[in-house]
Amino acid sequence: MIAIQDLHKRFGKFNALQAIHLQMEMGQAIALIGPNGSGKTTLIKCLLGMVLPTQGDIRFEGKSILHQHLYREQIGYMPQIGHYPGNMKISQLIAMMKDLRKTQGTYLDEELLLAFEIDKIAHKPMRTLSGGMRQKVSACLAFLFNPKVLILDEPTAGLDPLATEILKEKIRQEKQKGKLILITSHILSDLEDIITDIVYLQDGQLQFYKTWLRLQNETGEKRLNRAIAQVMQNQTFTNHPLKKNLYEYQNS
Amino acid sequence: MNTKILKYVVLDILQSRFVVAYTLLLFAVSVSLFTLEGNVDKGILSLLNVVLIVVPLLSVVFSTIHFYNSYEFIELLLAQPVPRLKILMSQYAGVALSLSLALALGMGLPIVLFAYGEVGLSLLASGVLLTLIFTAIGFLSAVLTRDKAKGIGIALLLWFYFAILYDGLVLYILFSFSDYPLEKLTLLLVSLNPVDLGRIVILLKMDIAALMGYTGALYQQFFGSVLGILFSLGIMVLWWTLPISISSLVFRKKDL
Repeated sequence: MIAIQDLHKRFGKFNALQAIHLQMEMGQAIALIGPNGSGKTTLIKCLLGMVLPTQGDIRFEGKSILHQHLYREQIGYMPQIGHYPGNMKISQLIAMMKDLRKTQGTYLDEELLLAFEIDKIAHKPMRTLSGGMRQKVSACLAFLFNPKVLILDEPTAGLDPLATEILKEKIRQEKQKGKLILITSHILSDLEDIITDIVYLQDGQLQFYKTWLRLQNETGEKRLNRAIAQVMQNQTFTNHPLKKNLYEYQNS
Repeated sequence: MNTKILKYVVLDILQSRFVVAYTLLLFAVSVSLFTLEGNVDKGILSLLNVVLIVVPLLSVVFSTIHFYNSYEFIELLLAQPVPRLKILMSQYAGVALSLSLALALGMGLPIVLFAYGEVGLSLLASGVLLTLIFTAIGFLSAVLTRDKAKGIGIALLLWFYFAILYDGLVLYILFSFSDYPLEKLTLLLVSLNPVDLGRIVILLKMDIAALMGYTGALYQQFFGSVLGILFSLGIMVLWWTLPISISSLVFRKKDL
């Protein structure tokens, strides 16, 4: 479905991504994990064509996406921080997106709009929304056009517990339908019962790409945060006492 | 260009009320200039300075600010199945269209009422051309840098260069080399600046061109001919398409 081939991205002298190879197929739910600044969002933006790679290629259903746009019909994207035109009301924004993206035969999936009760706040201008409400709107827009691929950048950050559960349930449903789901999150407990695979990035390099089952077997941990902590601990780190305490705490 | 996006860009611009205020300002200035000066020609001459200084300034500043304020919208569109170039072109078309309409209403209406004729209409036409050109220059400076203050700085600098500095440089050259025949050179220098080109074209359409002596006669001969009109139009179009092409190239490779 999506093949990333030898992807490099440099911002000035900073190597944001180095030699990334990834093959992703329909039906997978992939967690993109890594410390802050490890290149997760850059990788996602490369997939969407918002950031252009310095070197390498990304293929979507076998075709290169560089300077293409039609493939984005198949992608629903939920950004980490949703930036929307401030003067627009929620209802106007949703109407505009439908106007821009709807083609004949597109099935509109308005389940999240209903579940989040967006109609109750539809008259509010985007600039007055809190971070969590904005996240809800982003989530609704990502799922609205029933895309084959869902790219969710920190989907649960800022959402209240109820909304988080609704969103997780929705992601689970879409996974059941055989879609490809790519999620980044720092709240690892939100991911562990959804994902099938784990991609671990650090300093712009791909550390590993394993199935969640294999990682469980290798580390002997059933909890994702502990499994990841163990992986991180095995990597070379500066021996800062704060960090040491953190890992001891996580493993206790 | 994408007409759907264009529609939302124009709606957004109308909501900000700047364009409405701009229309009213142009209307007020034009009407008062035509009524205060008893002579229509004097009114046109005063209006010429508005067209050459104020219209480029407001076009360049408004389009730069508009681009930065639309960053969220552009970011949102980038994740949708829309080609990048169409996003930029729709934004440009939206701004250029709104500003040209404001000019056509605010200044065109008084011109038709008070000074309908070849001179008045050429003044309006050069106003629209300068709007298109300076909107393109505004977009170019906004695309070049992510920093809003820097972008507006570049835009103002370019305006300052074209509207004020350039004339000073030309005058300096003319004075330093006044012993030589410079008619052809000035013709060339003038055509390198869209503002000056607009000025010359309008002035030559008026009677005062006779006061300009030999140079005036030479200009009259050149710009009055069909070739001259095509030449000046061509240069104007060049000044319009050049910044747009550069912005497109930059925007195509920009990380957002």
